[in-house]
Amino acid sequence: MVLLAGTFPVRSAVIAEEEGKSHGTEEEFDASSFIMEHVADSHEWHILTKKDGTHVAVYLPVIIYDRESGLHLFSSRRLAHGQSYKGFAIAHEGKYAGKIVRVDGHGHHDGSKPPLDFSITKAIFGMIVAALIMLWLMLALARSYKKTGISAPKGIQGVLEPVILFIRDDVAIPNIGENKYSRFMPYLLTVFFFILINNLLGLIPIFPFGANVTGNVNVTFVLALFTFLITQFSANKSHWRHVFAAPGVPFWLLPIMIPIEIIGLFSKPFALMIRLFANITAGHIIVLSLVTLIFIFRSVAVAPVSIFFVLFMDCIELLVAFLQAYVFTLLSALFIGMAVAEPEHH
Amino acid sequence: MSLAAVGAGLAVIGAGIGIGRIGGSAMDAIARQPEAYSKIQLAMIISAALIEGAALFAIVVAMIKG
Repeated sequence: MVLLAGTFPVRSAVIAEEEGKSHGTEEEFDASSFIMEHVADSHEWHILTKKDGTHVAVYLPVIIYDRESGLHLFSSRRLAHGQSYKGFAIAHEGKYAGKIVRVDGHGHHDGSKPPLDFSITKAIFGMIVAALIMLWLMLALARSYKKTGISAPKGIQGVLEPVILFIRDDVAIPNIGENKYSRFMPYLLTVFFFILINNLLGLIPIFPFGANVTGNVNVTFVLALFTFLITQFSANKSHWRHVFAAPGVPFWLLPIMIPIEIIGLFSKPFALMIRLFANITAGHIIVLSLVTLIFIFRSVAVAPVSIFFVLFMDCIELLVAFLQAYVFTLLSALFIGMAVAEPEHH
Repeated sequence: MSLAAVGAGLAVIGAGIGIGRIGGSAMDAIARQPEAYSKIQLAMIISAALIEGAALFAIVVAMIKG
């Protein structure tokens, strides 16, 4: 695994080198916009820029719905390098920077009423790749159980069975309870493997992988929203009593307690969202900053040092990929467990 | 930008002290009761994750404002 990880930073350094040459020779190399470009979502998958300035990129489909002209489907190649097509272009500055806006006849960007964007962007493409990998893993697992039944695990079974048992025995049962955990196992396992696989794929800097999926705040928002909804809809009477009329609390404290409890309901999934997003994005930013050191110092002599530190960070990132998937699942199980816990009788 | 960086640094100091204390106390606890290792580790990870969440709020604010 370490050897495998070792090849990644070298490849990303090569890609970065190509890019650095194209716009770093005359003008000052802008590290922070370079890094943000790589961390953010986009409509095209930029792979490298050749010395003569031509881009090698995978252009993903753009699907937009405009309230006036209806549905449009075209390749993002038509919008590359600031071009406009069918009256749409990608804004480069202002409130809608990086998003698709309408363009009027004079080439001015019209910021009002932007079209609804359903495009297959980098993050969505990354999620589809992760979903295919998950399908392949889980179907292979199911097939091997069908074939051999409950026996000594073999192949993929041997990799996944301990992980699934770990989620069941060390995450679900202690936090949710022996009687109720089985209802929540499908969600906990799905969210664990989704985050884990996306975290790991995010560390691979070559084409079909490397989209910053779990470091995208929209993705983590939806994951946290699932945990929030499951927690609230499976909550029992005693959970709501603890929110609106905590037992043993004097009545004059309730006006203070109730708002705090209600904020608590929302702040827990909010923290889940920010934790995953910030951890993964911070990891990517650190790796990219170490790579950009080569171009900031404009010296090949920095490269070995920088690559050594990138290697070191990638090893830590492997740990973080597992830890964040585990922490998200663990805290989801904890919140669900708090909501379904039976009141204690004294 | 520089002020945001100072804010991020302060947040990291706070989280560092907090998580350091949790780690230290967990080490003490494990040394006293090695058989409770897995339970202590679980509680340690949960509280470290919660503290880290507070620090990450600050860092996200620093990122947005920076």
